[in-house]
Order: sequence, then structure tokens, then C-alpha cells
Amino acid sequence: MEQFLKFAPELFFMLCGIVCYDTAYRSLKNTQARIGTSIFWLLLGVIFMFGKLLPSAVTGFLLCIMGLLTATKQVRMGTFKETSIKERQEASNRLGNKIFIPAIAIGAIALLLSFVKVGGKELNGAVTVGAACVVATILACLICKPKVEETRMGTSKLLMQVGAASLLPQLLAALGSVFSEVGIGDLISSIILQIVPSPSIVVGVIIYVLGMVIFTMIMGNGFTAFSVITAGIGVPFVIMQGGDPVVVGALGMTAGFCGTLMTPMAANFNIVPCAVLEIENKWAVIKAQLPMALILIVVHVILMLTLAF
Amino acid sequence: MEYLKLIGILIIIFGFIFKFDVFAVVLISGIVTGLVSGLDIFEILGIIGEAFVNNRLMSIFLIIFPVLAIIERYGLKERASGLISNIKHVSVGKILSIYMSVRSLAAALNIRLGGHVQFVRPLILPMAQAAGEKVKGEQLSKKQDQEVKAYAAAVENFGNFFCQNCFPAASGVLLIQGTLAGLGYSEITLGSIAVASIPVALITVVFTIIQVLLYDRKLKKEGGK
Repeated sequence: MEQFLKFAPELFFMLCGIVCYDTAYRSLKNTQARIGTSIFWLLLGVIFMFGKLLPSAVTGFLLCIMGLLTATKQVRMGTFKETSIKERQEASNRLGNKIFIPAIAIGAIALLLSFVKVGGKELNGAVTVGAACVVATILACLICKPKVEETRMGTSKLLMQVGAASLLPQLLAALGSVFSEVGIGDLISSIILQIVPSPSIVVGVIIYVLGMVIFTMIMGNGFTAFSVITAGIGVPFVIMQGGDPVVVGALGMTAGFCGTLMTPMAANFNIVPCAVLEIENKWAVIKAQLPMALILIVVHVILMLTLAF
Repeated sequence: MEYLKLIGILIIIFGFIFKFDVFAVVLISGIVTGLVSGLDIFEILGIIGEAFVNNRLMSIFLIIFPVLAIIERYGLKERASGLISNIKHVSVGKILSIYMSVRSLAAALNIRLGGHVQFVRPLILPMAQAAGEKVKGEQLSKKQDQEVKAYAAAVENFGNFFCQNCFPAASGVLLIQGTLAGLGYSEITLGSIAVASIPVALITVVFTIIQVLLYDRKLKKEGGK
């Protein structure tokens, strides 16, 4: 069983690969950039399906080819026949509230599976989400009795819509690995330390909070920022001046999340949703979050000054 | 020159500002950073490829697309708006406030409920859009439709981020404890960090509700014209 669970995530990544292959096939019917679009999704399918088997440098090389294709605008959205509102309304009248069963099943089953523990360990996220989706898809087929061709087309359309943007979180994680390999984090914190002389408590708190925000915006990840900035700024400027480490730590982390709300580097939270929800301006989510982020930064400074001292 | 390593960050910033192709910009930034730091190209491609494969989980939502395609084709949105239009006094702000409250509570209890693909697109957004049309009394304009979508996405992030650390075994709380212990503050309990995270969580929920209810007023005003 444990052996199987180790391999299980790969099964679901293979299904992701199949979705990519089907989109690659559908891309050949595009009117624009047929070949480029098809190669892009084909390569992605290969990386999904055989990622663990390929040598890492080969995967990196394939990614470069994909980058070349997107940079030269060879990856395009296809044209799809829209189903009419009338058709959808008819289906909706026929099926009634049963249409919600698969929609709720995706979240509900993933939730249930997240409580399951095998040998004291939680299931891998790919397994919980993947299994939930497979079950939901089966339910949807039973309830809606969709045509195969129609479903394949709809799936390709969704994937082409989110497009290369959906891969940004993975790519940025890869960039983060390069950054940490060459020691960018330590470099930035040493720069900040050089600029800032030893400050008063109020200035120290402000520098720590802003440091968390800015560093998170650059790296796109509050967790990476936390260890670097807390060691470099939080301890000398805030905790050693008498701040309660519990409060300083807790607020430092959420201060970083304010940065996450404002940066395109946190692509999985700010850029991919634009694609998923069909928002045209890719800065729209960040714009909607900006007032909250700015207010919360001020709140963090105030709370840290009042609760930690 | 140690500072030359920072060139990757500059590439990213310029790439985003001038709207170059992001996929290529990120790759170039990684490769250039590696090269100026003395890594050879195979090492760099290896690091990038390995991290990309190890983070495939971030793109697992591809697997949701078939079921989304089916239920949207068979009238999910139409049904949701039908149901919503039967409820009196419904509004975008109220729908999103309820989602924020439930989402935050779930996050605080470490229950993985939420997600832009799993929840917002199939359930929350259709309800919010339908509610918006009900408040306005007519179809949302293109601009308003985009705004409702952006708020729905933002609320998902607010609820996710600021409440998760209220759970004592959340990964963020573990990281805070681990980092502080490494810096010599080893007496800190997970529970005390979780408690210290509560004020920000509550404030965020309140501010979010205010923000989306303010949007309701804006929408109503625009609808009256």
C-alpha cells in the first residue's frame, strides 16, 4: 500500500499529461500558430507524464524550447464553437439541481481525503485533488451524459484559455531554486543591513514589516522571506530591543502575506486566477487586493508596536 | 562582483513592467542569474528542470478541466443564477462575505476548503454574478463583470492567507517556530504563535466584509443610472 501511495501522485500527473496531449492534438485544428501551439502542449504533456524519468537538464532544455515558442507568439488560443445560451438553459432545466453534485463533489471529496491518513501520513495533495476530480468527472458523465467530442473540446478550450500563464507558479518555483542556489537571499539581507543603521524601536518595527513585504514581493513567497528577514532584521532590530518573539514572529509572517497580495511573482494567487476566471487584465486581482494590502501593512506595524512591547 | 547576481531580479521587474512574455522572462532571469554566478548551463537547466518537476502539484488543477467543461456545458451557471434570483436581498457583497467567513473559519481549522479552480469558478463566481445582476436589475456590464471576478479571486486569497496561522500545526506556524528556535528562541510553543495570529485574522475578515459591501453600494449606484 505504501509503495502504491508513493507512485500514486504520478498516476494523476499522467492524467494531466493526457489532458495536455489532447490539447496538443486539438491545436492542430487552430487557424493560427498550429504547429507551435501543438508542440508547446505536447512538451508540457511529456514533462507532466515523464518528469520523474527524464534527466533534469533535459526537462530544463524542453522548458527553454517552450519559452522560445511563447516569446515568438507561437502559442495561441484556438477558435471554438460556443454552445448557445439556449442549449445550456435547456440542459439546465432538464437536469435541475443535480448539476451541482459534481461541482460540490470536487471540493467535498478532496476535503474528505485530506483527513485520511495512511501509516500516520497525510495523502499527497496530487492524490486528494486528483481522486476527487476523477470521481467528480464520473459523476458528471453519469448525470449529464455528455458527448465525448464535446467534452474533449471544452477541456482543450479551458487549457488554452489559461495558457502558458498557468505554468508560471512552477517556473517561478524553479527560479526560486536558482536564486537560493546562488545565495540571493543572503545578499539582499546584507544589503539592507548595510543601508540601515541601528534604529529606534518604532523604526525597527517599520523596517522589519516593510522588509518582509518587499522581500516577499521579490521572491513571491512569504515563507522564503521569513527565515531570511527575521534572522537579518527581525531579531536585531525588534526582538533584541525587547519585542516578544512570539508576537513578532507571528506578525512578521502575515506581514509577508501582505506582500504576496501585491506581487505578480505570486503567480498562483494573483496571475493564474485571472486566467482561470477569464479576467482580461492580468493585474486586476492585484488591483483589487491593493487597498487591503496597504491597510494591513499599517495594521501590522501598529499591532507589533502595541502587542509585542 | 557579488551584486551582479541581482541582475535576475532586474530582468523580472523590467519584464513585468514592459509586458514581455512572462514565461520567457522568468527562464532568462534564471539562466542569466546562474551564469553570472558561475554555474554552467547544464547545472542551471538541471536546477530549473528539477524544481519544475517537483512543483507539478501547483498545476494539478489541469485535471479538473474535464469535469468543469462538462458541468458548464450542461448549465451550471444558468442553474446557479436561477437559484440565486429566487433569494430576496441577495448581493455580491453578501455572497462574498459569507464565502469569506466560511473560508476563513475553514483555514483556521486547517480544513482545505477553497481554491480558485475548485470553488470560485464553479460555485462562488456564478452565484456572485447572478447576485450582481439581481441587485442591478440588468446584465452586468463588461467592466462590472470583470470587477466581480477580481473581487471573488481576491476574497479567496484573503481568506486563505491570513487565517491559516490560527491553526497550531499549520505549515506557517511550524516555520515560525523552527526559524525562531534556530535563532536561539527555543521556548516558544506552537499554540502561542497561533494565538498571536488571531488579531490579524479577525481584522482581515472585518475589512474584507467592509470592502465587498462597499462594492455593493457602488454597483447599486451604477445600476440606477
